[in-house]
Parts: sequence; structure tokens; C-alpha cells
Amino acid sequence: MADDPKDLKRRDFLREGLRTVSALALGGIGGMLGARAGSWEMVWQLDPEKCVQCERCATYCVLTPSAVKCVHAYDVCGYCQLCGGYHRPGAKTQDTAAENQLCPTGAIKRTYVENPYYEYTIIEENCIGCAKCVQGCGSFGNGSLYLQVRHDRCLNCNECSIATVCPSGAFTRVPADRPYILKGKQGESL
Amino acid sequence: MKKRSGNFANLLFWAGLMLVVMQSAALAQDRFPKPDFDSQYRQPLTQTPPPASPWQEGADVVVLALALGLTSFFAIKKRSRRGIWAMALFSVIYFGFMREGCVCSVGSVQNVSAALFDAGYVIPIGVLAFFVLPLIFTLLYGRTFCAAVCPLGAIQDLVMIKPVKVPEWLQEVLGLFRYIYLGFAILFAATGTAFLVCRYDPFISIFRMSNEFGMILFSGGFLGLSILVARPYCRFLCPYSVLLGWMSALSRRHLSITPDTCHLCRLCEESCPMGAISKPTPDALPVSREQGGKRLAILLAVLPLLILAGGWGFSRLDLTFSKMHPTVNLAGQIAAEDAAGTPGLTLETRTFRSQGTPTETLFTEAEGVRRRFRSGGWLLGAFLGLIFGIKLFQLNLFRRVAEYQPDREACFSCGRCFSYCPNERVRLDQLQNRY
Repeated sequence: MADDPKDLKRRDFLREGLRTVSALALGGIGGMLGARAGSWEMVWQLDPEKCVQCERCATYCVLTPSAVKCVHAYDVCGYCQLCGGYHRPGAKTQDTAAENQLCPTGAIKRTYVENPYYEYTIIEENCIGCAKCVQGCGSFGNGSLYLQVRHDRCLNCNECSIATVCPSGAFTRVPADRPYILKGKQGESL
Repeated sequence: MKKRSGNFANLLFWAGLMLVVMQSAALAQDRFPKPDFDSQYRQPLTQTPPPASPWQEGADVVVLALALGLTSFFAIKKRSRRGIWAMALFSVIYFGFMREGCVCSVGSVQNVSAALFDAGYVIPIGVLAFFVLPLIFTLLYGRTFCAAVCPLGAIQDLVMIKPVKVPEWLQEVLGLFRYIYLGFAILFAATGTAFLVCRYDPFISIFRMSNEFGMILFSGGFLGLSILVARPYCRFLCPYSVLLGWMSALSRRHLSITPDTCHLCRLCEESCPMGAISKPTPDALPVSREQGGKRLAILLAVLPLLILAGGWGFSRLDLTFSKMHPTVNLAGQIAAEDAAGTPGLTLETRTFRSQGTPTETLFTEAEGVRRRFRSGGWLLGAFLGLIFGIKLFQLNLFRRVAEYQPDREACFSCGRCFSYCPNERVRLDQLQNRY
């Protein structure tokens, strides 16, 4: 019985049959999903129109500091001297003194352009994605400051940990060849 | 004087703005006209650094295929434990630390189930390749993916310093958790609730060198455990390992302990830290044919009951499970707030209420999710009942084994047993003395 050739043959036959079935199933799943797969790669991005500036982007990203940063749509900006995104509410003077700035990390640089206009630039290394300036700019200004996932930093986790806690559902997967949801003319041209 | 007037103007400005804000709480644009610059100033563009280019993903797939091929070659053709070890080191460094552990094949199970059940989810081809390639290789050559290509398996393999022997019964029982984990991972991914496998990946914090504190503790604990218990994640938790085990059981070729014929010398008997070596069975049947037949008949009668009971039981838990879904969770909060007359207690409900979606829409959506959990619960419970039944079958089924051989389903093809076989020593000597 131990080396009954019939027994072994049956086992081999079963194994071979099931192997073929498995291979076909794998091929089927691969083929079906592969045919439907629209893009080679999807990446995470947040929709600035849905964002409510809850500050969770700053703390829930697996990266420290977060891969979400403030970006600036220059063609939406009013270039004001008194900027709701730059100055703390009730700031005594409209200058660049640290105590007047809203950004907790001093990540916004103000440069004089011409009277009475000032350009505001985000120093991305300093930005933590807390959206305080976004809220200020959206409430008092043109809304030219907004958050975006920066893809030179984002690890593109399979489950984005910010997306799991985003209260407004602003985080979605977008095709990697159009990885930003921009404001202003740049957004329209995309 | 000048300063005071400045302050006053400032105050007026803010007060005015406050009024504007109160009138239009939404993100209004164009409150301030866009400037006409007299100077040569040109507005810069918003920088948009691109994501890692698609070729990076393509390169990963190529590296995966090459690593799978090489490891299979080391395991089956070359019989080199050292080669497999080197491949494991490579995978931990490349797929683990360099690519920072995402996407991995283990997690890709969720993407595939999301793509199968959720029409709105589109799976990237790279992820699909990460899911299918290891399964194909396993169907051909056994679980060489686990041996040294999967970064999670490889890191556990590298730290396996003093593994203790887990009793067989315990190993069988703990091994069932893999099926439960797989079932839940698929259910939660298919309903769009969460990617559990990613959320509770024990090694990602090590590969990324960052995570929340609790997860870092969990990772450290798991890595410490892997020193004493051989591959605890692979054996007792990994959901992908279920699929790989099935493929491996059917594999076309598989690593063998001996390069020649087994002489039943028993030297390899205790060599496997994973307890994946099948021992030769005694000649006599453990129970008489009649008794065995009776047992099988009982099991056959019990199997449908197990499936039904599992399905029914899990489908009853739809309310509990669906609370993990953000929509259902939010609907619950909104309903509770409405009942108590205290709107806007949490950030989620405040946000929802500010968006202006009618609560009915939310409740209908939540009800839809709950219904999907009910039908999903039936499938999950039936699957677990079936698995449990099959395990009972396997315990009662007498399969004749003539020699020491790897248990194809459980063997990770790590090649630790090679050096225990005296025939292997002979083979190596022959290789050395050939010239």
C-alpha cells in the first residue's frame, strides 16, 4: 500500500488538475483587472475646494513633517500688504516681525514687489501643512494659499493615513500623470 | 500719533474683513483685485514636483520578477542557503528600506479585492503585478517569494536567532488566524472601509523609521518576537500567506530536503524552525477503516452546518463591523446629535453640516454600506466555516508520507534544512572534488 502506484498517480493527477485551475484563475483575475486598469499608477491628492483646514494633514501623515504643504496660486493672490494668510489676526503692524506672523514655523517669505504689492512665497522645507495660513487667506483674502500633497515627498502609501481621518473627504486617488488639483490658471489649463 | 493712526486703520481693516467673512463664510475668491504691476515683475508658477515616475513602478516589478527568479534558482537548482540569505538581505534593503515597504504583495490583496467588488476603484497595473507575480512563481516553484523576496518575511528570517519549537497543535490553531485576517482584510477592502493589512503592518515602521508611538512599540515587539518564534507574521497572521500556501501545495516543483533519495536517517527531523517538515507516517492506519469512514461521514454532515452557522453569525454582526466605515460612523454621530439636539459636537459632524448634504442622503448611503456588510458577512462566515471544516477533515485524513519532505503548504523554501541532510554533504563534497 505504501508505494501503491495508483495512489500516487491519483494524487499527482489531482494536483495537476488543481494547478491548471489555479493558473487559469490567476490569469483570469489578472487579465480582467488588467484590462480595466486605467493607469499605471495612482497617487493621493486633496481637493482644495473640499478642504476645511482642520490641521490634521500636519499630524496624521506618516512623514514628519507632513508631505502635505501649502502652495501658492500667484495669479489668484492680491499681493496685499496686510495678508490674512501671513499676518496674525490683530497684528499690531503689517511688517515681517515674527510676532506678527501667522505661520507657526515662519514658512512664508514676504518680498516687496512694488508699491503697494508684496509677494508671498512658501518656504517648503519649513511648512508643516497645518493650514493656518490657508484658513487665513480663505477667510480674509482671495484664497490663493491652499494645501497640496507634494509628490516629491509623499510615499504614496497604499492606505493614506490622512485620508482615513480627513473629515471632508477631500483626499482621493488621482492618476499619476495629473497629480495636482491646482487653483488659478494653472488648474484650468490642466 | 502716526503709530496710533496706523493701529486704528489696522483695527478698522480687520473689523471690515470680519464683516465680509461673516457674510460669506465659504471660500470666496477675488475679494481683492489682482494687481497690475508697473515693474517687470512676473508671477511665478506653482511648483509641481512630479511623483516617482511610472518607470520606477515598472522597475520595481522587474526587480520583483528577477528576485523571484533568482531565489527560486537558489532554492531548487543551486540548493544554496547562502544565496537565499543574500536575497533576503537584498529584499529587506531594497523593497523594505529603499522603497519603504509600499506597495507590497501582502497589501495588494486589498487592492485586488477593492477592484473586484468596488466598481469605483481602479487598480494600478504595478500593484496588480505585485499581486499576481509571486502567486505564479509559487505555483511553479513553491514559496520562494516568502523565502527571500517579501520584505516582511525576509526581515523576520534575518532576525531568527534562537527560534523555539511551537507545539504542532498550537501552530495549527494559530495558523487559522491567517484565514480570519484574510477574510476581514477582503471584507473591509471590498466595502471601502479600511485597508487593515496596511494599517496594522508590523514592519512598516521599521522600514520607514517613523510611525505613531503605539505602532512603533508594536513593531519593536514583533521584531523581538521574531527572534524567538520563527516568522510569527508569516505563519500566524499574513493573509497573503493563505493564497501562497494554496499555490505552493499545488506547485509544479518544490525545494526538497535531500538532493538524492531520503534514507530516513532522521537528521533533518528537528531542523525546521517553522515546523514545516512532514515526517514519514507509520505503516498501520491510526484508526480502523470503518471508524475513519464513520468520522468522515460525520464531518461531511457537519460541514454545511459549519458554513451556514458561520455565514449567519457573521452576517448578524453587520452593525458592529460597519461602524468601522467612515460614512456609517458619521451617520451614527449625526443621528445621535440630532436626537440629543446638540449639533456640531465633533469636527466630522461640523464639516458634514457645513457641506450642506442632506442627512437623508448620508443615512441612505450608510444603510447601503451596512447592507453590503450583511452580504459580505455571509460570505466571510461561510468561508471561515469552510476553512474550519477542511481543517477538521485534514486532521482526520490519513495521508501516507514515505520520506522526510517539506510540507509544501507551510514550507517557506528558506533552505535551512539543506545542510542537515548527509546526502547534501556528499553532494557538496562531490562538487568540490570534481576537478
